[in-house]
Amino acid sequence: MPVNMIVCCKQVLDPEAPPASFKIDPSSNKVIPPPGVPPVISPFDEQAVEAALRIKDAMGGKITVLSLGNNLLRDVVKKPLSMGADELILLEDEAFEGGDSWSIAYALATAIKKIGEFDLIFCGRQAADWDAGQVGSGIAEILGIPSVTVAKKVEVVDGKAKVERVIADGYQVIEVTLPALITVSNELGEARYATLKGIMAAAKKQPTIWKPADIGVSPSEIGAAGRRTKLVKLFQPVKEGKCEVVEADSPAEAGAKLAARLREAKII
Amino acid sequence: MAENKGVMVYGEIMEGKLSSITTELLGCGRRLADELKEELLCVLVGDKLGEVPQKAIAYGADKVYTTEAPLLKEYQTDSYVAVLEKVVKDITPRILLLGQTSMGRDLAPRLAFRLGVSLSMDCLELSIDPGTKLLQQTRPVYGGNARATFTSEALPQIATVRQKAMSPLEPNESRKGEVSAIKVELDPAKIRTKVLDTVKEEVAGIKLEDAQAIVAGGRGIGGPEGFKQLEELAKALKGAVGASRPPADNKWVPDTLQIGLTGKIVTPELYIAVGISGASQHIAGCSGAKNIIAINKDPEANIFKEARFGVVGDWKQVLPAFTDKVRELLAG
Repeated sequence: MPVNMIVCCKQVLDPEAPPASFKIDPSSNKVIPPPGVPPVISPFDEQAVEAALRIKDAMGGKITVLSLGNNLLRDVVKKPLSMGADELILLEDEAFEGGDSWSIAYALATAIKKIGEFDLIFCGRQAADWDAGQVGSGIAEILGIPSVTVAKKVEVVDGKAKVERVIADGYQVIEVTLPALITVSNELGEARYATLKGIMAAAKKQPTIWKPADIGVSPSEIGAAGRRTKLVKLFQPVKEGKCEVVEADSPAEAGAKLAARLREAKII
Repeated sequence: MAENKGVMVYGEIMEGKLSSITTELLGCGRRLADELKEELLCVLVGDKLGEVPQKAIAYGADKVYTTEAPLLKEYQTDSYVAVLEKVVKDITPRILLLGQTSMGRDLAPRLAFRLGVSLSMDCLELSIDPGTKLLQQTRPVYGGNARATFTSEALPQIATVRQKAMSPLEPNESRKGEVSAIKVELDPAKIRTKVLDTVKEEVAGIKLEDAQAIVAGGRGIGGPEGFKQLEELAKALKGAVGASRPPADNKWVPDTLQIGLTGKIVTPELYIAVGISGASQHIAGCSGAKNIIAINKDPEANIFKEARFGVVGDWKQVLPAFTDKVRELLAG
């Protein structure tokens, strides 16, 4: 059975940028994008694309990718297409900016209603910027469909999804009726690279752009205006940052000296 | 509409006992309830609760609400959200706290969206604004690079709390409290998931969460073989082996060894990071360690900003001599 899938992908600041380049503008409570480091698709969302591609590989089907924001970089948001997704829809407007989990889930769920038919929706377990971890469950709740979160394996068997859900000391195998929403965790494994053929095919595809009016939402319900949480303060925790580096003539001697130093400091 | 009052803790039960996160939530909830001069409430859900409600009182709850049904033997999103929705609507607490656990991180967002209120997950600090009486919720963002404090006006305010971020009270078995049952009609047809199997992947030896010493390996270990050497050191220290995300993602070690924002949160006395660069998402899982020791060949690695002691060098050359010396010192 071909499976009709939707994957929600968020463009974020590259979480792999060196921690030292991370800066906050306290006057606006915003992160200053590190110079020269382009944004990326949030890694868990890339793995959500991978989960969908594995099902498409096994059973056939269609993958529609949905991204929300403003001034989205085409090279970034098209990456899922170059990995093998079929269509890209962008909810792109300044009214979508500055949202919280509530307003983002509302806009995405409304867009999914407009897309209409689907068997599975995939989201990353949380986005690499705000780490809220709510949008997937929120979309499922708004659409009234079941959800399974923090998946490391997803298959479609006999018209249902079979999901391995990560728990603290192992995993659970959960069967869920379709349509359903699944959030994907890094335990799924690394997402595939884009192929040259995929990159060329993606270059030719034009994303569909939807404005708030296209999905029938008013600007007051989405983005910053639709927030239900208020950000009081964004700050960097203060670090002591004084490491005693143990040095010696050879790495082995440094190792032995480190052990002796830990004993002196009564750590071992 | 009833006035929202009281701080409610959603209690998790593990192997018939109140889980440690629940005792921590009760400790934190007690402090918030006292500041508000309101009651601390605890809700417990399961198939057989036994003596657990009394334990919740011993750990600080004034009132315990219980929902027992055979259908609630296992956590299922649909059934548990339905129970919590009913309890919250009946009792109308001001604040609801859950643990940032497998269950809490699944249950809390669906419940918040169903109730139309907001939620902060993985909170490290919670406080009451004396003017507005609103809960200020501080949690890590940007993969642990920053923290953010959020608040919201709709009640109840819901938060999940990171494990070991709060301290439990000393249990007082003579503490008095009320226990009352809340009946919830559950329709099995509305539970759209089925748990086919639960697979434990716990490795032999000491659990990471309980270990006083942890030897953790990162991308620099290069493959599964290297982790055997880390095990030797862990054995000498009577500790456990852990890993950052790359070894888990590359299947060098079981997923259950992953420490970090999306893995385990650990708080040992001694944390030895070997071949770990110190990405913020990893630090988020081990920053509660008392002493972090770093062995890494890159002197610029971020892990040295977190460590108290370190050696700059190839772990393959540093570790054997370090392990030998540790054995010698501990034997002597």
